[in-house]
Amino acid sequence: MNFGFTEEQDLLRQEVRKFLDAHCPLEEVRKLMETPDGFSRALWKQLGELGWVGLTISEVHGGAGLGWVDLVVVLEEMGATLFPSPFLATTIAAAAIREAGSAAQQARWLPSLADGSCIASLAFLEPSDRWDAADVALAGRAQGKGVVLSGEKVQVLDAPSADLFVVAFRSGDAVSLAVVERSAAGVTVEATPSIDQTRRVGRVRFENVAVAADAVLADANEATLGRVLDLATAAVTAELLGAAGAALQITVNYTKERKQFGSPIGRFQGVKHPLAEMLVDVESAKSILYYAAWCLDERDPDAARAVSLAKAYASEAFARIGVDSVQLHGGVGFTWEYDPHLYLKRSKWARPAFGDSDFHYDRAIAIGEQ
Amino acid sequence: MDFHFTPEEEAFRSEVRSFLDENLPAGANTSDPAFIAEWTRKVRAKRWVGFSWPKEVGGGGGSIMQQVILKEEMAKRKAPPLGICFMGLAWVGPAIIQYGTEAQKQRFIPDILDGKYQWCTGYSEPGSGSDLASLNCKCVREGEEYVVNGQKIWTSIAMWSKWIILLVRTDPTPVSKHDGITCLLVPMDTPGITVRPIKNMSGGSMFAEVFFDNVRVPVENRLGEEGQGWQVTVSALAHERSSIAEVEGLRRKLEELKELARKSRKNGPRQPSGIYSGALEDDGIRRRIARFEAKIEGMRFNGMRALTKQLRGEPLGAETSINKLLRAELEVALGEIALEMQGSAGHLEREVDGGRWQRFALSWPEVVIGGGTPNIQKNIIAERVLGLPKD
Repeated sequence: MNFGFTEEQDLLRQEVRKFLDAHCPLEEVRKLMETPDGFSRALWKQLGELGWVGLTISEVHGGAGLGWVDLVVVLEEMGATLFPSPFLATTIAAAAIREAGSAAQQARWLPSLADGSCIASLAFLEPSDRWDAADVALAGRAQGKGVVLSGEKVQVLDAPSADLFVVAFRSGDAVSLAVVERSAAGVTVEATPSIDQTRRVGRVRFENVAVAADAVLADANEATLGRVLDLATAAVTAELLGAAGAALQITVNYTKERKQFGSPIGRFQGVKHPLAEMLVDVESAKSILYYAAWCLDERDPDAARAVSLAKAYASEAFARIGVDSVQLHGGVGFTWEYDPHLYLKRSKWARPAFGDSDFHYDRAIAIGEQ
Repeated sequence: MDFHFTPEEEAFRSEVRSFLDENLPAGANTSDPAFIAEWTRKVRAKRWVGFSWPKEVGGGGGSIMQQVILKEEMAKRKAPPLGICFMGLAWVGPAIIQYGTEAQKQRFIPDILDGKYQWCTGYSEPGSGSDLASLNCKCVREGEEYVVNGQKIWTSIAMWSKWIILLVRTDPTPVSKHDGITCLLVPMDTPGITVRPIKNMSGGSMFAEVFFDNVRVPVENRLGEEGQGWQVTVSALAHERSSIAEVEGLRRKLEELKELARKSRKNGPRQPSGIYSGALEDDGIRRRIARFEAKIEGMRFNGMRALTKQLRGEPLGAETSINKLLRAELEVALGEIALEMQGSAGHLEREVDGGRWQRFALSWPEVVIGGGTPNIQKNIIAERVLGLPKD
């Protein structure tokens, strides 16, 4: 029994942190979020060269072949500095191709995802706003051996910069996944600006988009899609908890500096106690997430319940931490200049992303009742 | 990260399980004193009483992982405790092993392991609760004796104890309040000791006030050096290390709560047939229960993170205080929701499940306040982990 990170994982964390501190501190994030792309192509290229984009892609396809526990380490660090990049989107799309694609399909797409030359994203959510694999409704009409897709996806991560979409669709009773290039006829992408400027999402419309048979992922079904969503949810939770921990830390730092009534405000229990509660929530949610990531890597049957408990707990905690960290900063917390608002805004994206607390609490109980 | 156990650890787990199969059959009456006496004799023979203590003093010399496995398996089967001298096993024994003289070890340790009598703990005073180090119980040395005058309070099971581990002030004007405190081991039948039980809100009496009026204690009954009492206490309490048993207890409680929620009709949606579904189908109730599940799992894996640090020989971080805080919150909240789900009958003494939830909902202060109040735990986390200035 061992519930800690390995030396390699600790080292990976340090390297990512060093890289982000050097190349993308919050001042840089603030500059990037004002640009049309919202991220730095140069840094993205470096990330590909460092082997981090392909972290979880297998070695035969040019990746590092690491697991979800390793990914958690990297995403916590990226979340902490609100690092803007299509890393999360591309990692999730790669997981979908790995979980549901045939060997040939994996060999066709994964190498270009691993080196960062192709930005990809999972197009899952529809205007119905349901995160269940069973609720996918985008129509896939059979045509020859392939399908024709018609419908709309929303909240697609990094859609504005994506080159490739992995699209969930339904034909009859079956749910499936298709790989569609952004440049395919009938695909239109519309950016839908978020109050979180460090995160880009968009609406993707499919109007009679023809997909060849070999671009429909061979093993895509409700079960594999369910697992992809669990992997994605764990990844989102890792990034979210990295951000929550950072919001706590900047607030702690501020309350040690800021003096009122003759002493640092962090001395007062009215300030101390909410900060202690934040730590309890961040650490406890992290503990569940680490277990969930391990379950996912081991394909343990407890994975889905663990993922849902982690996301539910973390979403609620971050929402409160976002608000409390603004509040504990007092007047300056309301300014553009200070950083708490950046985290507060991130929490507004993270709370519903891949299912909010209500959704995941219900799911955890439902799994337990089965 | 790896949750698998080694073959040796699995073998030990099987040993514990077969012992339980044999000695704790389903339906065993664990409130029967004869059964408990027999059980205690058997677990003592296995050396599972004081399992973590060194073999030289009569303990089991169990490794950390073995201790975890033993606690887990026992808690899963709702087994009776391993040994009946609760405070003796929890902190008096560890303190004596660490600070006691050879004579003290020989005199007390075997009796604690055999459960010959109970120990109680004289730490808190009317003026020293959360701020324990401000304690003021007077103690003056006269030749080969100490003379104690003062009062203790919240002393659990004082009325049934033969001995008390007592903190007294031997230096009334110390440089720091943590200095000048001394630890004494005192027989409860010493002349001058008066015990007055305190009736608590559930109607019973678990703790008492203890008064000391010129109580004379031989110097040989001092544990550690004069003025070293604070250190003796703190390091002994640190032996209360993992929260494994508490987490297993809470997990079981959660299952019972879900059972109650399935059968309770409170707020359950009305079906077209006119029948009401269980409270677990009510969004509010169900999600509150799911939140408890998340927090209990949080505690469980916080505990494992702490355990891993321990196994690697790293210092413990915030995990212990975090789990104490979560446990306090859960103990209160589980009792509250159980009564709420019983609706109008929630306040009735024994209408539902023989009143066990009512007893549960009135017993939390012992756990929640006893080990340091939640607010004190928050101070500890804020100051020691987040590094905020002391108040």
